[in-house]
Amino acid sequence: MWQALYEELGSEGFVPISIALDESLEAVRPYIEKAAPTHPSLIDTEHVVAHRYGMINVPTLVWIDEEGKIVRPNTAEYGTDTFLQFHGRESGPFLDAVRAWVKTGEIQRDETVPSQMPPPTEDEELARAEWALAWFLHQRGSSEAAGRHFDRAGELSPNDWTIRRGSMPIRGQNPMGPEFFELFKDWEARGKETYASMAEKRLN
Amino acid sequence: MANASFTMIENGRSHEIAATSDSNPRLETEPVLEALGWTRKTEGLCRGDVCIPIAGRPDLITSEGVDLVGLAEVLGRPIAIDREESVASFGAETAAHGAQLASGIAPDFTLPDWTGKEHSLSSFRGKKVLLIAYASW
Repeated sequence: MWQALYEELGSEGFVPISIALDESLEAVRPYIEKAAPTHPSLIDTEHVVAHRYGMINVPTLVWIDEEGKIVRPNTAEYGTDTFLQFHGRESGPFLDAVRAWVKTGEIQRDETVPSQMPPPTEDEELARAEWALAWFLHQRGSSEAAGRHFDRAGELSPNDWTIRRGSMPIRGQNPMGPEFFELFKDWEARGKETYASMAEKRLN
Repeated sequence: MANASFTMIENGRSHEIAATSDSNPRLETEPVLEALGWTRKTEGLCRGDVCIPIAGRPDLITSEGVDLVGLAEVLGRPIAIDREESVASFGAETAAHGAQLASGIAPDFTLPDWTGKEHSLSSFRGKKVLLIAYASW
C-alpha cells in the first residue's frame, strides 16, 4: 500500500521510507519482493532506528517534514484494513490524512497521536543496551547467554514489543503462537499502554 | 586475571580491549575512552566543549585501567554486562536522548536497503517523509 501511495504522491515531494525490524533480510525478503517498492525499503536488524525513535511496536509511523522535523510522532497506523477487526484503526482516514498533509501541509491528529515523544526511562534505555548485548552474543553463537539478555531486556521494558516479540524469531520461537497471546494478555493486564498513553503519563 | 580480552559494544560497533579485572570490569583506559569519544584532561573527561570532572572519583581511572561501570555512570549511559562472556554494552546517553526526542528533530540514520545500498534520512531533506517501521513478527 505504501508503494501505491508513493506512486500517487511521489511527484508532490512525498517519500515513504519503510524500515523492517526483522532479524535478517531473508526473514522479510518475501514481503518486500511482493511489494516491489521503488521507494526506500530498509532493513534495521539491530533496531538502531527503533531505539533512536523510541519505537516500542510495529507498525509505527512517523511524519517528518521538509526541514527534518517530526510533525506527527510515533503512532500505530495501518495502510490496509486486513487486521482491522483486531486493532480497530481504519486505514482510509489515515491515508486521506497523509494526502492532505502532502497537498496542503495540514497535520491531522487525534487522541492516539502523542503531542511529542516523551523522554525514555532509564530502564527502557538499559533494556536497549541489553538488547544490543543479546544481539551480539547471538551473532557470536552464544545463544543461551543471548537468551538471558533478551529476557532481561524484556523484564526492564515490558511494554516494548520490539524486544519481547521481536526477539522471538531470533530465539527460534513462534511470534504468532501461544507466546504472542501471553504477551497480549500481559499488555492488557498492564493497562494497554500505547504511545499516547505513555506520553500523557510522562509529560504531565 | 591480567590482560584477558574483553569486548565493549557501543553504537553498533564492537571493540576488543585488554581487561585487568574480572569482577567489576576494568579495561585499558585509552582504547575505552577513544571508542566512546572522550579524552582525559586536567579538567576531567572531555568531549568537544564539555568536560566532566572526575577528581572526586579516584578509583575511576587507575594504573590498572578504567572501571567500566563507574564510567557508564559518569557518562550517563546505561551499561549491560555479561561477565562470563566478557562483553559489555553501553546504551545511549539517556538525558541527551530525551532532549533530542523533546526537540522534535528527527534523528538521522543510515541503513541498507534490500539490495544492500545504504540510505540516510538526511538525504531526504526537502521531502515529506513517512517513516514506516514494520516487521514480519
